[in-house]
Amino acid sequence: MTIDSAGLGSSALDSPVGRTIETRRDAGSGALISYLPIGFPDLDTSVDAAVALVENGVDILELGLPYSDPVMDGPAIQVATQQALRNGFRLRDVFTAVERIRSRVDAPVVVMTYWNPVLQYGPTRFADQLKDAGGAGLITPDITPDSAADWIAESERTGLDRIFLAAPSSTDARLKQIVDASRGFVYTVSTMGVTGARADVDAAARGLVARLRDAGAERACVGIGISTAEQVAEVLEYADGAIVGSALVSSLADGGVAGLARTAAALAEGARSGRP
Amino acid sequence: MSLREVEGPFFGEFGGRFMPESLIAAIDELTAAYESAKVDPEFQAELAELHRSYTGRPSLLTEVPRFAAHAGGARILLKREDLNHTGSHKINNVLGQALLTKRIGKTRVIAETGAGQHGVATATAAALFGLECTIYMGEVDTQRQALNVARMRLLGAEVVSVTTGSRTLKDAINEAYREWVASVDTTNYIFGTAAGPHPFPTMVRDFQKIIGEEAREQVLELTGALPTAVLACVGGGSNAIGIFHAFLDDADVRLIGYEAAGDGVETERHAAAIQRGRPGVLHGARSYLLQDDDGQTLESHSISAGLDYPGVGPEHAWLADTGRAEYLPATDAEAMEALRLLSRTEGIIPAIESAHALAGALRLGRELGPDATLLVNLSGRGDKDVQTAGRWFDLFDEGATQE
Repeated sequence: MTIDSAGLGSSALDSPVGRTIETRRDAGSGALISYLPIGFPDLDTSVDAAVALVENGVDILELGLPYSDPVMDGPAIQVATQQALRNGFRLRDVFTAVERIRSRVDAPVVVMTYWNPVLQYGPTRFADQLKDAGGAGLITPDITPDSAADWIAESERTGLDRIFLAAPSSTDARLKQIVDASRGFVYTVSTMGVTGARADVDAAARGLVARLRDAGAERACVGIGISTAEQVAEVLEYADGAIVGSALVSSLADGGVAGLARTAAALAEGARSGRP
Repeated sequence: MSLREVEGPFFGEFGGRFMPESLIAAIDELTAAYESAKVDPEFQAELAELHRSYTGRPSLLTEVPRFAAHAGGARILLKREDLNHTGSHKINNVLGQALLTKRIGKTRVIAETGAGQHGVATATAAALFGLECTIYMGEVDTQRQALNVARMRLLGAEVVSVTTGSRTLKDAINEAYREWVASVDTTNYIFGTAAGPHPFPTMVRDFQKIIGEEAREQVLELTGALPTAVLACVGGGSNAIGIFHAFLDDADVRLIGYEAAGDGVETERHAAAIQRGRPGVLHGARSYLLQDDDGQTLESHSISAGLDYPGVGPEHAWLADTGRAEYLPATDAEAMEALRLLSRTEGIIPAIESAHALAGALRLGRELGPDATLLVNLSGRGDKDVQTAGRWFDLFDEGATQE
């Protein structure tokens, strides 16, 4: 596969996500990236929740697009996204949410989506509307670069970031392909498993980040299983960003936006203490 | 070009491998193992011997004249996959994939199941080969196919009742994928139908094509000619592609798949992915899919748990688009009538899944008349469905329960 100079090996200047990560890294730490599903518990609250995350120290927002068959998600996120769907979430709500969030806070917003909703909406139309709404790119957990030609073309055309996942089980050749194809950062899957809080972040994450750097990655952010400030600090010792999802979803479910804000502030504390 | 030689990853514009990166290494490993096994005479000999001495192949071809009398007098021949050990065609594929599991050195297998036939076959093979086994089954299906749940547990398998989503086959697959991501080092996923990411559609078809290869010879021997049409039910489509495949290059033989039409293919309660769906990506492949405008998968409906799936294998999508095969509906009511008719006229109780193809044969026979020879894949036996049939036809004595 040939990827032009926009790949990860190049400067971050053309990617707000890349710039944000590098700014945090230059400040001696790394980025705190937070996941929440759109439409949970309802559209308005999910917008308020995303804004609260940024106001409490989150650097980059990852908004999940609720989908009927989320094979990479564990119970906490499944329950939330199923509730969003039951409450009438429609795909077009993603653009509304991104626009409203971006009008209130300045953090880059990427959308985490399984592929079929984008395919049905039309990759071109989806990319155009996400770009118009102020979105920064997509994280695509159920497709790999070798199955994503149409998305890579749209990303090239619009300048939206395309964030692919790398797994501990990936071969070196595949890591190279993933690094070359990704823009913004590489989503480093910390463990062989689905999303959900875990007591320990797998040692596999550290090894995988090192392998990604060998493959040329300039920005590797670690996700899956990270739920505490200590884990965020630990991950930022070797990675460029830490992604927290299920813990925030549970916090929003249990404590509302106020509870979520407290959790985010604590995580941000961990991020700032990440590197000397 | 020979249609029989087409292999994945793509069948026309259908198929592919749309999967999380975490599973790619395992899928690559399985693909490589399959490619080498396919041309390994030792592997093929071991599988053939299992077919002969364990499954009971070749399965019979049975002519059913008393049933055919209700089908316009057309000649009807049943390919008796119901007589296989474990009671359906599913064992053909499972033995192949279980041998592959040994070949790649894994010690545990997982599988999804709808009606429980694939789960039972997988649990059986796991017992035979000494593999650990966990089966994922939607909660709706564990209830309507309770007997098969007990069978799997008797065989030593763990059965996990899946309570997410529509709580049927599609969600059982989701949960099996999630589990596979977490245990892929030791675990092989034995996929039950000719769907999912490459290599599963091609591999499952190859393990099932023995049905059509045997049947083609048996029909020629019995009648001196090829059949007018070959009929099979289609959920994911493994029994259908298994019997169709040998006939793909026989252009004069009609191939007809019957999709579960539930309450009616024109209603909103059916499982007719080809007739009512449009192309989309689910469970790793691009194929016809029941989905809403946003690409959210719609719940399918069928009295038959084995056909209650909103997608279909990519090779069927391609055969439908190219016109080589036709896909028609059969409702719950039509299937149940056909099930009762075969039971009463021939003493064979078919699975509700297979009864959809029988319902199709009744219609097609009346249309074509006595000159036609219809080959029907009787993909499974109906023992597991007696509870459902008992309720449908009101066969139980009031207040009676089996102790």
